[in-house]
Amino acid sequence: MTQSNRLEGGQIDRSRSFDFTFDGKRFKGHPGDTLASALMANGVRLMGRSFKYHRPRGVLSAGSEEPNALVELRSGARQEPNTRATTAELFDGLEAKSQNRWPSLRFDAMAINDRFSNFLTAGFYYKTFMWPAAFWEKLYEPMIRKAAGLGSLSLQDDPDAYDKGFLHCDLLIVGGGPSGLAAALTAGRAGARVILADEDFAFGGRLNAETFTLGDASGPDWVAATVEELRSLPNVRCMSRTTVIGGFDHGIHGAVERVSDHLATPAPGKPRQILWRIYARRTLLCAGAIERPIAFANNDRPGIMLGGAMRAYANRWAATPAQKVAVFTNNDDGHRTAIDLIAKGVRVAAVIDVRADAPRLADCELLAGAQVIDTDGRLGLNFIKLRLADGSERTIECGALGVSGGWNPNVHLTCHQRGRPVWNEAIAAFVPGTLPQGQSVAGAATGDFSTYAVLRSGTDQAVVALSDIGLEAKAIDLPQAEDAPVNLTPFWHVAEGKGRAWLDQQNDVTVKDVKLAHQENFRSVEHLKRYTTLGMATDQGKTSNMGGLAIMAELAGKTIPGVGTTIFRPPYTPVAMGTLGGRSRGQHFHPVRETPSHKWAKEQGAVFIETGNWLRAQWFPRPGETTWRESVDREVRAVRGSVGVCDVTTLGKIDVQGTDAAEFLNRIYANAFAKLPVGKTRYGLMLREDGIAMDDGTTARLAEDHFVMTTTTANAVTVYRHMEFARQCLWPDMDVQLISTTEAWAQYAVAGPNSRKLLQRIVDPEFDISNEGFPFMACGEITVCGGLRARLFRISFSGELAFEIAVPTRYGDALIRRIMAAGEEFAVVPYGTEALGVMRIEKGHAAGNELNGTTTALNLGMGRMVSKKKDAIGSTLSEREGLNQEDALALVGFRPKVAEEKVTAGGHLMTTTGPVDAAHDQGYVTSAAYSPILESYIGIGFLKRGAERMGETLRLVSPLTGTDTEVEVVSAHFVDPEGDRLRA
Amino acid sequence: MIIHHPLLGPRDAQEFTYLGDASLIDRPDWQAEHAVDRFHDYLYLRDNPAGEHRELWFHEVGDRSWLVVTRNTLTHEITSVELARDVARSRGRSK
Repeated sequence: MTQSNRLEGGQIDRSRSFDFTFDGKRFKGHPGDTLASALMANGVRLMGRSFKYHRPRGVLSAGSEEPNALVELRSGARQEPNTRATTAELFDGLEAKSQNRWPSLRFDAMAINDRFSNFLTAGFYYKTFMWPAAFWEKLYEPMIRKAAGLGSLSLQDDPDAYDKGFLHCDLLIVGGGPSGLAAALTAGRAGARVILADEDFAFGGRLNAETFTLGDASGPDWVAATVEELRSLPNVRCMSRTTVIGGFDHGIHGAVERVSDHLATPAPGKPRQILWRIYARRTLLCAGAIERPIAFANNDRPGIMLGGAMRAYANRWAATPAQKVAVFTNNDDGHRTAIDLIAKGVRVAAVIDVRADAPRLADCELLAGAQVIDTDGRLGLNFIKLRLADGSERTIECGALGVSGGWNPNVHLTCHQRGRPVWNEAIAAFVPGTLPQGQSVAGAATGDFSTYAVLRSGTDQAVVALSDIGLEAKAIDLPQAEDAPVNLTPFWHVAEGKGRAWLDQQNDVTVKDVKLAHQENFRSVEHLKRYTTLGMATDQGKTSNMGGLAIMAELAGKTIPGVGTTIFRPPYTPVAMGTLGGRSRGQHFHPVRETPSHKWAKEQGAVFIETGNWLRAQWFPRPGETTWRESVDREVRAVRGSVGVCDVTTLGKIDVQGTDAAEFLNRIYANAFAKLPVGKTRYGLMLREDGIAMDDGTTARLAEDHFVMTTTTANAVTVYRHMEFARQCLWPDMDVQLISTTEAWAQYAVAGPNSRKLLQRIVDPEFDISNEGFPFMACGEITVCGGLRARLFRISFSGELAFEIAVPTRYGDALIRRIMAAGEEFAVVPYGTEALGVMRIEKGHAAGNELNGTTTALNLGMGRMVSKKKDAIGSTLSEREGLNQEDALALVGFRPKVAEEKVTAGGHLMTTTGPVDAAHDQGYVTSAAYSPILESYIGIGFLKRGAERMGETLRLVSPLTGTDTEVEVVSAHFVDPEGDRLRA
Repeated sequence: MIIHHPLLGPRDAQEFTYLGDASLIDRPDWQAEHAVDRFHDYLYLRDNPAGEHRELWFHEVGDRSWLVVTRNTLTHEITSVELARDVARSRGRSK
C-alpha cells in the first residue's frame, strides 16, 4: 500500500523506510513516525474497536492521552497489549495487531452489542448480573471479561530486563516543550544540576506540532539549537522517552525511561525500561495542556479527532487522516488547524464555529454559529450533518473532522499529593491550585497558552525555583514569538441529535449515561465516575473528565467548579508490571542467605528449606532412602544413639557489652539475669510490653561486662530493634552497647552421647570439657584445631548431651569438615531442621509455633520464671487479670490413643462427650511429629487447664485436613523428662 | 519521604522502620501505684492527631539510631528530627 495520505515536510526521515505490519498487512513508514502517524499516512483510519460496544474507532489524539487507538505490539513472549499507537515509535519490522474484535477489525461479530446499547447503559452490569450471587464469579464475570476485554497477554515469561535507578538534581523539569526548554536553558546556564524529562522521543512539545517561529528560527530549529546547547552542558541531563509518572513526598519522583521500546529488541545487556527514582530539590512542572473534544451525535467515527492532533499529524508527521477535512471549534485555536492543513495542501471543507461572532481566520468557508448534529460513515467518517445559524440543515462530505473544545492545563502532577486544581473562567478549565512543597508550574500547564507566555514563565519560574534553594540564575533572552490571547466560548456538547454523543471513548460513556446517572441520584463526581466508568482505564479520562463534569454541572444547575473535580493519582500513564518489579523476579525476588557450610551441605545432598531469607538443610537423604521420613528418623536415632551435628548459624546472635550489660539483660528478659555467673549460659524468655511472649534463647556470660545472646532465626531482626529501643529510648544512660553478630560466627550444635568424645578431638587439649570441667550450661572462649579462637556452649535443644561450638564465619566450612572427619569413629551424622524439630518436640521445648504472638509465659509453663522482684519489659502487664484466668491454656503433650494414628498440628481439641464447635474449644495442637524413639506420633499444644488434665482423652479435630483422632493428654517432656542425658 | 537524620543528613524513609507515637518513651514506673493501669494506658492509649505528630523511627539500614520525627500527618511535612536518646534524657529518663 502506498502512503496516500503523506504530505510534504514534517520531521520524518524520508531517506529511510521502515516496513511494519498492522493486522498482518504490510505498510511502510519512516524514522520519526509513530505507529499512528504511519498508519494515517497509509490511509488507515480504523485502528480499534471500542471496549463495550465494539464500535469502530480511530485515533483521537496524537499523544499519551489517547483513548481509542490501543493495539497489541510485537508477538511471542514480547507481545504487549493496550499500547497506544499514538506514542509507539515506529521501527523496522514492527508488528501491531488491533484488539477487542473478532474475527477481524473490519467485521467484528461482537459489534452486535452496539445494537443493544439501550440496555447496556450506565450501571447495566450492576443492575443485571445481580442474581443469583453464585453466578457472578462463575458465569457473568468471565463472560463479560471475554466480551469486553482489551488486549491479550502472551502468558509467556517476559524475556526483557528492567532496571531501577536513582538520580539527584537541583531542578527536575517535567516536560520538554517550549516552557521546559526555556527553564532548562535558564537553570543549565546557571550551573544548577538539571534533569529535563519528556515522555516523547523528541523534545519540543507543541513546537513540533505547530508552525510557529521563534525569532528567525522555525519552532523545530529553535528546539534543535536549544537541545544541542543543553546536551553540551555537563550539569544537564536530557531524558527523552521518559515519563515522570508520579510526584511523592519531599521532592521524590518516579519516572519510567523507555530505553529500548523503539527497537525491535533491546541491545545486548540493555534493559527495556528503567524505573527512576528522582530526588529533586525543586520541581518545575512544564507538562503543557491537553485538548478536549466537544460531544455530538456519533462523534466517535474514525476520522473524527482533536483539532490540535490533526495539525500535529500534518505538521510534525506530514500525515493527514483524509484529503478533505473540516473543523469544528468553539475557539480561535481551532482555526489554526484549518490554516495549517490548507497550507499543507489538504482541502478544508469548512470551519464550523459554534460562536455566532466567530472571526474568519482561515482561507476557507466559515460557518459561524453552526453545530455538528450528526455524522455518517460505517468504518470511517464520510459526512457530517450541520445545523446552521439560520436553523437550516446542511450536509458536508469530509473524511475527517478536527474538533477543538479548548485546552485543559495538564495539572496531573500537582494533584499527586492531594493538591486540588482551581477553576479559571477565562480558559474554562482547571488550573493548578495548591502545589506540593518544592513544586512550581510553568507554561501551558498554568493556563497561559501563547508561545511567548510559556517561554516567559519557563525562564522566570526556573529563576524563582533556583533562588528558593540559594542558587542564582538569570532569565534568558527570549525570542520573538506568537502571543495570541485565548478566545473561547465554553461549549461542551451539542444538545441536538439522535445518535449517542460520546464523552469517554475508552469506556464507551455517552452524554446519555451521565444524564442517567444524574437521574438515579449519583450526584458526586466520584460516584459518577464509578457508576458510569467515565475517566477510568488506561487514559484516566484525560480527554473526557471535563466533558462529564460540565454535563453534571448543567444538569444540577451548578457551575463546573461547584460540582467539583476528581483529582489525579499516580501513575500519569500506565506502567508495565515488569518495570515496577525490576530485577526482583524469579529467584531474584528476594535475596538468599547461605550459611558458611552451605556448600558442604550441598555436597552431602541436603534438601534445603527457606527460613526467613536463609537456606537451611532440612534433612540429608542417603542412598536407598525413599521418603523424607526415613532420613529424618535415621538422623534422630543417630543423634540419640551416638552423635550428630547441625548447622545453627542462622540463629540470631547479639553481642551485649558494657558495665550495665547484666542489668540491661535483666530488664529485657522476664526471668532473672543479673546474677548469671561468668562462664555460664541461661535460657531467657523475652516478653513484649503487653505480657505476650516475644522470643526466647540462651544468653552466655563470657565476662563481667560481656554477654552473647541468641535469638530465634525468625526474630533476629525484631529482637535487635527492640533492644536498641530499650537502650536508646527507655534507659539512655545505661552503659551498654549492642551489635548483631549473626553473620560473624558460624555455629554448630554437636549433640548425642558421643558429642564430648568427638569435640575432644577438635577442642585444643588445654581446655577441659569434661563434665566436671565444663558442666551443663557452661560456656567459654576456647581454641580449636590448634589455635583457632572459638566459643563453646554446653546447651542442648535435643535433650542429649550437647554443645554448640562457634568459630569466625570464614572457618565455618573448615570446621564442619573437621567435625565430620573427627566423628567418623562415632558414625557422626549431619542432621537438618526436621530432625531438630522432632527432637525438640520430644523434649517439649517451645519454638515459633508455641511463641506465636498470643501466648504468655503462663501458657508456656514458665509463669513462675517471670520475676516479680524486678522491672522487666512485659512483667507488669503479664499480671493482668485476663492473662491469668483459671482456665488458661497450658502447654502439654499428646499421644494418639491408637498407636498408628497421626497427630495433626493445627487441629483443635474437643472433649469426647461435648459438641465439636468453636464454643467448646479446649485448645489446639501447635507442633506434631513422628517420634522414632517412641515409635508413635506425638504432639505438643495448648490445652485449657492442661496441667490438671493428664491422662484425659480428647478428640483432636481438624476440619482442614478432615481428621478426627482420639488423643491422650500427657506431659510435653516425652524423652528423658528428668534431664539425665543432657547432664551426662 | 526524606528524613533529615541529625547525624547523617537527608536519608530516604525506606532506610527506616516505623514504630509509633513518641510517647512510648514515657514508660511508667513499675513500682508506682496502679502500675498495671498506667502500663495499660502507656501501651494502648494514643492520640491520633490530624496534624503534627511526634513519632519514633529506627534507622535500621543505617546507623541504628532511634529518632523522634515530628511529622504533619496531613502533609507529611517534617519539622524536626531528634535523636530519641536526647529526647528520652530531656524527659527525665536515665538508667
